[in-house]
Amino acid sequence: MENFELVILLLDATLRTSTPLILAALAGMFSERSGTINLALEGMMLGGAFAAAAVAYYAGSPWVGLLAAIVATIGLSLLHGFACITHKGNQVVSGMAINILMSGFTALVGIALFAQGGKTPALDKASRFQPITLPGAEAVRDVPILGPVYFELLSGHNILVYIAFFAVPAAWWVMYRTRFGLRLRAVGENPGAVDTAGISVVLMRYRAVVCSGVLVGMSGAYLSTAQGASFLQDMTAGKGYIALAAMVFGKWRPFPALFACLLFGFLDAAATRLQGVILPGIGEVPVQLVQALPYVLTVILLAGFIGRATPPKALGRAYVKER
Amino acid sequence: MQRKPLLGTIAVLSAFLPGIIATSSSLFADETIKPAVVYSTGGKFDGAFNQSAFTGAEKFKTDTGIDYREFELRNDTQSQQAIRTFARDGHDPVVVIGFQQASALAEVAPEFPETRFVIVDMVVDQPNVQSVVFREHEGSFIVGMLAAMASNSKTIGAVGGMDIPLIRRMTCGYQLGAHYVKPDANVLVNFVGTTGAAWNDPIRGGELTKTQIGKGADVVLQLAGGTGIGVLQAASDAKILGIGSDANQNGLHPGQVLTSMVKHVDVAVYEAFKAAREGNWQPGIKSLGLAEGGIDWALDKNNRDLMTDDMKLAAKQAKADIISGKITIHDYMTDNTCPN
Repeated sequence: MENFELVILLLDATLRTSTPLILAALAGMFSERSGTINLALEGMMLGGAFAAAAVAYYAGSPWVGLLAAIVATIGLSLLHGFACITHKGNQVVSGMAINILMSGFTALVGIALFAQGGKTPALDKASRFQPITLPGAEAVRDVPILGPVYFELLSGHNILVYIAFFAVPAAWWVMYRTRFGLRLRAVGENPGAVDTAGISVVLMRYRAVVCSGVLVGMSGAYLSTAQGASFLQDMTAGKGYIALAAMVFGKWRPFPALFACLLFGFLDAAATRLQGVILPGIGEVPVQLVQALPYVLTVILLAGFIGRATPPKALGRAYVKER
Repeated sequence: MQRKPLLGTIAVLSAFLPGIIATSSSLFADETIKPAVVYSTGGKFDGAFNQSAFTGAEKFKTDTGIDYREFELRNDTQSQQAIRTFARDGHDPVVVIGFQQASALAEVAPEFPETRFVIVDMVVDQPNVQSVVFREHEGSFIVGMLAAMASNSKTIGAVGGMDIPLIRRMTCGYQLGAHYVKPDANVLVNFVGTTGAAWNDPIRGGELTKTQIGKGADVVLQLAGGTGIGVLQAASDAKILGIGSDANQNGLHPGQVLTSMVKHVDVAVYEAFKAAREGNWQPGIKSLGLAEGGIDWALDKNNRDLMTDDMKLAAKQAKADIISGKITIHDYMTDNTCPN
């Protein structure tokens, strides 16, 4: 029974840690499926996290903060789009430039506004996303098995966690069941054909990066106003890149990407719990080994377990109209 | 084109003005010093270790009017360059914060034999270096006692930043203190990471805290610099007690922080500046503990209601016993083990 409880807590932590990854991976998917490499996820996440924390602090509402985060990341997406789509610049370089820019820019604005070394002041309860207790959670709390699963695991998360998990089927529906999704996938595979059909490739790609901005903004806001309570310089700690890796694992598809994110989240959650645990035959697990696990697994998985990941054909190439 | 000379004059004046002010202020000083501080990763607003150093330097500035230069490390590799630049520019004394900078200082110090260096938290054996070390295990012993007494579940936790002997020494003292009052207490210890980034990852700190809470901990000590903000936040969110460290963090979440293990880095920095100014600065090792007032536990209006009379009395007694030598606390750094 005690082990069951531990597993539930582990899965509970998995949901919390994989939420920002899921949102960012979906964001990357929208952008890349349309043919624009989005290496800027990390920087956009930072920008979103900062905007959310700073605005939520002034406004006293996490929703206003979330809105600000989305506006900020849409802005960054458009900047990325302007460089890559309109001016046909190198997409990798533009992405990295945004990452480096945001690492410094958030701290700069933070220092100018709050004079706390790039941090934002700690948010109070009213300006953060609070855990939501699902209906009936209290009632079934003491029921064996079902009680812990519903009360501990499914209930008691903040709204952004639920949004992230809802976003996966929603993204799938948009991508595979709407005209917009069809066109979006088409500009990523064969922009020439789309252009011939009389649809603007440039406009299509811009719409895709805006979708990307909305999603990554939410993931940034989650870090600073839901999971944490303030912005700290470089607080994303590589999550944007991990989300990108998860998207590649998921072969640019929503549901496989979700599982990749859950796997990374699970490893992260497990890593914090494996510390100091004594395994039979090995002894105490060293912190270093535990922390290296996600990366070791990434290499192993990439080395052959996931099969061939085929990127969209036109990925990374700006569309040039034939004249 | 008429404006040009005027602008030029202003430019020349403004270039000289700071110089004039600097000269006049140095007339009043006993000895002109140009102090500098190099903060560790985590930054001077980490609300803990570095901020405490910053407080000390600021106090010196207000008291004496002598300004200081500072540098915040973004990563460990910048350390050598920062120390060398300050020394080359004639700054003296140069106070270096954090154990991570020891190897850098050991390299730079012999290059500038005339410069007085101070390092906090580590020993660098050079004729022109003063090494300030704290006997943190004495303080963590007392907060460990208090944590065990405040806990209802008999399970308490500690979240360390980087996995290094210095932090292990504190978790060891914490554990010994808890077992001193409750031999059957369960002490959970986790570390955030093994690199400098471990001092600046509040999200991960919060996750580790939630893990410990999930395992039954109802008092959690943070020993993680900037990461500790996340630890105390998670403790406060879960309505359990946190314990601060380095600076007095009782006020971060009033009523949710049991106490703080205060490490007076501010005093160390202030004293170093002052001694350099008055000309009685000494190289060598300076060990500060409960007896010297370098380490203490915090009691103020934010946590007064959390402390029972028993707890206050026990802490007071233990402090006296440690100072008198009646209680000796095992120092992890002597043999890299912690007795259970």
